[in-house]
Amino acid sequence: MTDQTPALRLEGIVKTFPGVRALDDVSFAVMPGEVHALMGENGAGKSTLMKVLGGIHQPDEGRIFIDEEATVMTSPIQAKARGVVFIHQELSLADELSVAENIFLGELPRKTLGRVDWAALYARTDDILGKLNVGFNARTRVGELSIANQQMVEIARALTVDPRAVIFDEPTASLTDAEKVVLFDVIADLKARGVGIVYISHRMEEIFKITDRISVLRDGQYRGTLNTSETDEDEVTQLMIGRSLDLSRNHAHAELGEVAIEVRGLSCGKVYRDISFSVRRGEVVGFYGLVGAGRTEIAETIFGLRDPDAGAIYLDGKEVRIASPIDAIRHGISLVPEDRKGQGLVLGMNCRDNMTLPQVDDMTSSVFVSERAELSIFDHYKDKLDIRTPGWRQTVGNLSGGNQQKIVIGKWLSMNPKLLIVDEPTRGIDVGSKAEIHNLIRDLATQGYAVIVISSEMPEVLHLADRVVAMHQGRIVREFTAEEVTEDSLIQAISGIGGNGAAQADVTAQDAGCSRPH
Amino acid sequence: MAELTKSGVAGVLARQGILIAFVIFMVGFAIANQRFIAVDNVFGVIRSSAILGVMALGVTFVVIGGNLDLSVGSMMSFSTIVVLDLHDKLGPALAIPAMFALTLLLGAFIGFLVGYLKLNSLIVTLGMLSAIHGLTLTWSGGKNMDIADKSGTWFGFFGQGSVMGIPMPILMFAGLAAVLGIVLARTPFGRKVYAVGGNGTAATFSGVPRARVVFTTYLLSAFCVATAGLMQASRSMGSQNTVGQGMELEVLAAVILGGASLLGGSGTIFKTVIGVLILGFIQNGLLLVGLEFYVQYVVTWTIIILAVWLDIAAKRGRLWSPIA
Ligand SMILES: Nc1ncnc2c1ncn2[C@@H]1O[C@H](COP(=O)(O)OP(=O)(O)OP(=O)(O)O)[C@@H](O)[C@H]1O
Ligand SMILES: [Mg+2]
Repeated sequence: MTDQTPALRLEGIVKTFPGVRALDDVSFAVMPGEVHALMGENGAGKSTLMKVLGGIHQPDEGRIFIDEEATVMTSPIQAKARGVVFIHQELSLADELSVAENIFLGELPRKTLGRVDWAALYARTDDILGKLNVGFNARTRVGELSIANQQMVEIARALTVDPRAVIFDEPTASLTDAEKVVLFDVIADLKARGVGIVYISHRMEEIFKITDRISVLRDGQYRGTLNTSETDEDEVTQLMIGRSLDLSRNHAHAELGEVAIEVRGLSCGKVYRDISFSVRRGEVVGFYGLVGAGRTEIAETIFGLRDPDAGAIYLDGKEVRIASPIDAIRHGISLVPEDRKGQGLVLGMNCRDNMTLPQVDDMTSSVFVSERAELSIFDHYKDKLDIRTPGWRQTVGNLSGGNQQKIVIGKWLSMNPKLLIVDEPTRGIDVGSKAEIHNLIRDLATQGYAVIVISSEMPEVLHLADRVVAMHQGRIVREFTAEEVTEDSLIQAISGIGGNGAAQADVTAQDAGCSRPH
Repeated sequence: MAELTKSGVAGVLARQGILIAFVIFMVGFAIANQRFIAVDNVFGVIRSSAILGVMALGVTFVVIGGNLDLSVGSMMSFSTIVVLDLHDKLGPALAIPAMFALTLLLGAFIGFLVGYLKLNSLIVTLGMLSAIHGLTLTWSGGKNMDIADKSGTWFGFFGQGSVMGIPMPILMFAGLAAVLGIVLARTPFGRKVYAVGGNGTAATFSGVPRARVVFTTYLLSAFCVATAGLMQASRSMGSQNTVGQGMELEVLAAVILGGASLLGGSGTIFKTVIGVLILGFIQNGLLLVGLEFYVQYVVTWTIIILAVWLDIAAKRGRLWSPIA
């Protein structure tokens, strides 16, 4: 590879934001046909580096070369014209437009007089979607798609042009295994065509499966590049966080207490049917299934965001009606929602105010919000979750993706819930913090809290749960204890007897039956 | 993530763009015309901006909550006519609370439609603009409303009186701004207004009663309108049916000029007050420079649009942006 010229190269990039030196003299190069991983803790500067490359941020210093030709990237449109395609960490699609319009935004095929050639647009889009094996078509409105499918739409954008380089910023954060397989095929295909690929992810298995080299950033500084075949997880982790991680599965099982929540015969249109389960104090129950299996919707029902058609919920043995999140919170339930940007955070608000929002009524001295009480909560979770921000005043939207997720987690942990429901809790979180959050969740259980973990990451479910509930197309198909569960048995259970593919199972659940009233 | 020690001059500029523009503008006019910064002129401007200002305070809550209120102008006409009419029928001591109650009822109605029924606030308040105008005309029978015995009542106090040499309209504007500024910045309710306007879904997921918060912002807006109506009626002791006509746009301009985003979730009472003063001083300055009345409209709105553009450009760090 050394005798080739890089497909793209960054040299001495410096980028500062008020209070943050996000990139400090970083150099980085990608060869044609290479999959180059960019790794680092949350807030290390990975996304910022790629935004500089993609024309979204202008660097304070440094230069960009495409095929060794110095280039100034002034806008994403220009970057794309130069053959640099950027699949963003945070979804950047227009909800009201169709899939086709989103994919070809800014370069819709035209007929005479500038009229959009809809037939060509839809044909080309369906062509691309065919390669991705997804369960929606060119005309679907993006707002109706699940997050995973929206991510697939983002990925489809990489296939519209003949790129020199494609940047994937945490593309798998919200994908399930089946969709990941498709993505990796796409990447292999691009690679074979000599495209240079930058791949950002916190998931070690993926990194070791598909990348050729790994470059590491730490605190905005370049820390080195390793050949994937010559290194291991431990060495990468060392480089990223300066220490090794102990990821052993030795959590103490808590003394199980009374049943904290019991759900009986809960149904919600076509979204889920006849759901019964219970969680005891001190217990962590994992919900595993494909996207669209109904797990998130069950969580939303328990949290008062959705009215069930039938069934009942019992807390501490008493039947309760939870008509709104306000009721849920009053009953001591916390929900870390799956979509941090849409449901978890007010992006324009500062870190502290976001974190204390659900309990702002209780944070008063006389009638005013007590800044001191708020700050003590914020500082506590900032330390505990290692949230990287120049200060509590920082607008949450300016934090790195993983740090935003940590704000959401802190927000709901700080409520000291009796029942904690977490939906994809570690999406976008780095390995070190992930271990920390897992420990926190286990600790909560040990202290006698009941926890429900919804996750598309099998290792996460296996690692955390005392009991695993497997779901398939809106039904609970099996329950496993921690002792009996294995990867294979779980995969079998969630894919149903006939073995449905993910594409088919994907439902835009909101449309089917009982809808979210709020 | 090394902390930066470099002082954020650019940051300050970006945050206080409007304030700086205001200062430059004032200095420019002061050089052009000495009278502009004479104490009596400055007082005069604040005083004549007070009614608009009071209305802008309420609309600030509505806008931060992510909605619009285009009904405030015609609602102010309503309050003015009603309080003048009731003054002679019930006496001032009863007329004022009755007028407040009726105006709040209108606000509650709008708040119900927008907050609980989730109807689009632009449509609702635009509709209410006309509907309330009709209500006012029905009430007055289309005639001007006058207080019969102008010298025999204390009613003129709110518009014409003064306390310790400071005119009442200025005191009321300042007092209400202080109270509402604290409500917005320091109470749980204020925080919730920001949350609902910034991201309504996330607010719901955090247990914030979105409908009730929106409803309350419209009640607050109506309260401010009623206060403005009282000030207007008290100042002139008589009024046409159209006294507040067109003020909804000026109010909105002041709020936006202050830097609140029409998308909701940002803005402060302090900034709105600045916006109100800028607007007042622009109009006053143009008058002193001797521009014709109708040219003033063009110039005023040109300045507003320029200011908003510069503000956004300062935040983005460039004059023109291909993204967002
Ligand atoms: N627009 C911005 N304004 C201010 N600070 C910013 C902005 N964008 C990024 N930062 C800061 O720059 C640093 C690097 O952020 P970046 O998003 O590049 O991290 P990252 O490595 O992608 O992390 P993650 O793994 O969490 O996605 C962070 O401290 C972040 O708070
Ligand atoms: Mg990132």
